[in-house]
Amino acid sequence: MATARLRSGSQGAALSRLRDSKHGNRILVALVFLVLIIFPLFRDPLDNFVDDMILALAYVVMALGLNIVVGFAGLLDLGYVAFYAFGAYTIGWFGSDHFAFINNEKGIHIFSGEFVSSTPGIHLNFLLILVVAAAICAVVGVIIGTPTLRLRGDYIAIVTLAFGEIIYRFAVNGDSIEFAKNYKLTNGRQAISPIDQIDLPFFKEFDSAFTIRPFYWFVLSLVALVLFCNFRLRDSRLGRAWIAIREDEVAAASMGVPLVKTKLMAYAAGAAFGGMAGAFLGSYLTSVNANNFQFGFSIFVLAMIILGGLGSIWGVVVGAVMLSFINSYFIPDVFNSIPRDLGLDFDLTQLSFGIFGFLILIVMVLRPEGLIPERRRKLEFREGLGETEGIGTEEEVRRVTA
Amino acid sequence: MASESVTRTPTPVRASGADAVRSWFSKYGLIILLAALPIYYGIKDLSDDGNLVRLGDNLVDGLSNGAIYALIALGYTLVYGIIELINFAHGDVFMIGTLVAFGLWGTIGLTLATGTLGIVFGLLAALVVAMAVCGVLNVMIERVAYRPLRGAPKLAPLITAVGMSFILQNVGILWIGASQRAVPDLIHAQQQLFSPLGLSISRGDVLAVVATIPLVMLLTTFVSTTRLGKAMRATAQDPDAARLMGINVDTTIALTFLLGGMLAGAAGLIFLVYQTTVWYFSGFIAGLIAFTAAVMGGIGNLQGAVLGGFIIGIIQQLAENRIGAEWTEAVVFAYLIIIMVFRPQGLLGEQTREAG
Repeated sequence: MATARLRSGSQGAALSRLRDSKHGNRILVALVFLVLIIFPLFRDPLDNFVDDMILALAYVVMALGLNIVVGFAGLLDLGYVAFYAFGAYTIGWFGSDHFAFINNEKGIHIFSGEFVSSTPGIHLNFLLILVVAAAICAVVGVIIGTPTLRLRGDYIAIVTLAFGEIIYRFAVNGDSIEFAKNYKLTNGRQAISPIDQIDLPFFKEFDSAFTIRPFYWFVLSLVALVLFCNFRLRDSRLGRAWIAIREDEVAAASMGVPLVKTKLMAYAAGAAFGGMAGAFLGSYLTSVNANNFQFGFSIFVLAMIILGGLGSIWGVVVGAVMLSFINSYFIPDVFNSIPRDLGLDFDLTQLSFGIFGFLILIVMVLRPEGLIPERRRKLEFREGLGETEGIGTEEEVRRVTA
Repeated sequence: MASESVTRTPTPVRASGADAVRSWFSKYGLIILLAALPIYYGIKDLSDDGNLVRLGDNLVDGLSNGAIYALIALGYTLVYGIIELINFAHGDVFMIGTLVAFGLWGTIGLTLATGTLGIVFGLLAALVVAMAVCGVLNVMIERVAYRPLRGAPKLAPLITAVGMSFILQNVGILWIGASQRAVPDLIHAQQQLFSPLGLSISRGDVLAVVATIPLVMLLTTFVSTTRLGKAMRATAQDPDAARLMGINVDTTIALTFLLGGMLAGAAGLIFLVYQTTVWYFSGFIAGLIAFTAAVMGGIGNLQGAVLGGFIIGIIQQLAENRIGAEWTEAVVFAYLIIIMVFRPQGLLGEQTREAG
């Protein structure tokens, strides 16, 4: 008891310090955002670094979504790639000439951009697609989440993984699934391409062949929006319910937290963000290829939130940016030739997933709370280790706590 | 552990029609579901060809595939039984087993030209080496990735298991490259050995089943009769009480991983001889299918894992032969989800803490 009071006392002090420095933090965040907004103006319109930044920010959106499910609610989701797939296919279906024969080959256009105003296929405005993608993914999230409700722990991971793999299979084999005439589900590994560029009201239509700056600013504002939603969600009644479930499901239920509704909301919210990022990436990469939706991608996103710190919003942002740059810059451009220089016969790019796996392992064993830990989560991780289930010899306890 | 008593409150006695249907479904639904594919194709064969030869061939191939899955599934079920962890890297340990056996063939110069005696001894040597390497590898994985996290939230060791799985896959890529490679068909696995009732039973089928049965019998005898087996069962039941009784829990857990790894290594060699391909990704797929088998039989239950292995082998073979190889995984995973949802304790299993 005494130790518990001591602990909560020091926490209270930390909390008040945090509250004092809140103002300073806000200024810092505003400054960082300002720099992020301005810097592309000093770079080439098709700059590689800006390109890497766009990918990194899109992954931030995805990682923040997964963080709701895994970090807040503590439900390990190994099939997150499913929502990337559904988001991307939303724009593949409703923002390209994939359904070329619809409406007598004249196509359907709803607030679509000038470039595609006379092409066949369905063309919705990107903002509509973003909403549709989020809605579809939220529904899919609930569908995937429902069977896991009665399960706990690692079984959830396996069921979500199985769903992810089934959806990947449908994406790959979708070119042989036809409904009506000439309407294929997906284009499989041939990819649906080209995808419409983003066209926002009051702005000139984006054109990634000419400049990628507008994409950058768009995804930056998406990140800002998702960050805002994440902070509000975390501090809301719902967010506190998620954390309560994560810490002790039975205790949370007996305190009146509705388990089913709360868990399904976590799946839906996480999925919606994943879908938005998927739709954006579809438009930015101008193709939707089934090869992108493999299990490895789920682990890639999971590695981001583990590296940054499960449940810690700023940690997840940092983790996502770091891993994205490791994946798209450091491995292929900087360190790729090291094995060859050492006389070994392989490229580092072949091993990128091994590197992610290694990162996950190292972080989980040495610093399970991540680079920028969330206070609560850190206590959870450390608490279990200190106690050692049941009776251990003194030597064992010392070894584990060390 | 405290949650157990709360979640397991006795259900109030209330016999309504819906409850009766539900309890009936959870009892027999899975069996009906599992029988659905063979029965459907059996009827189809009877009406198309007038006999059941094609279905029979599927069943034979399914059983020999299933023997391999059964061996891998035993590893999952042993480990889960003792520390309630899905050893995600187990499938990849199996893959390393295929690579070790493949490498050894090259080293000792085992080719198609080798005589019968040479092949028999070569395969036996490969079996021993693959089992040893995989067993030791599995123990090392436990030491590095799982033991430091004992007592941490359940999430943590599962995540390290996924990381370990990716590391092993990349070891595979470094070893043989990223593409599938053919292996010399040492025993002419496809050669028909005998054909009762018009079925074709090949050498590979016989080898897979004949090699699996003694291994499974050895394992069950070990677990049920020896002192160490008793320690394993005690640890699985209650680690704390086992420790109080003087059982070295850490050693016992390591032993469990050793046994699981050895079986995976044996499965690796059999797979190599039977399928005659090596691929770094084969472990991931086979691992997930074998995990489905373990869940189907009731995870933690040795007989269940073997039964599940054979059943999932048949389902996989039917899906591959009839629906199309590109849909095999989707079919198996659909079964996995259905089992998890409607009967998480499996065919022979008890209600577990995780699934209850």
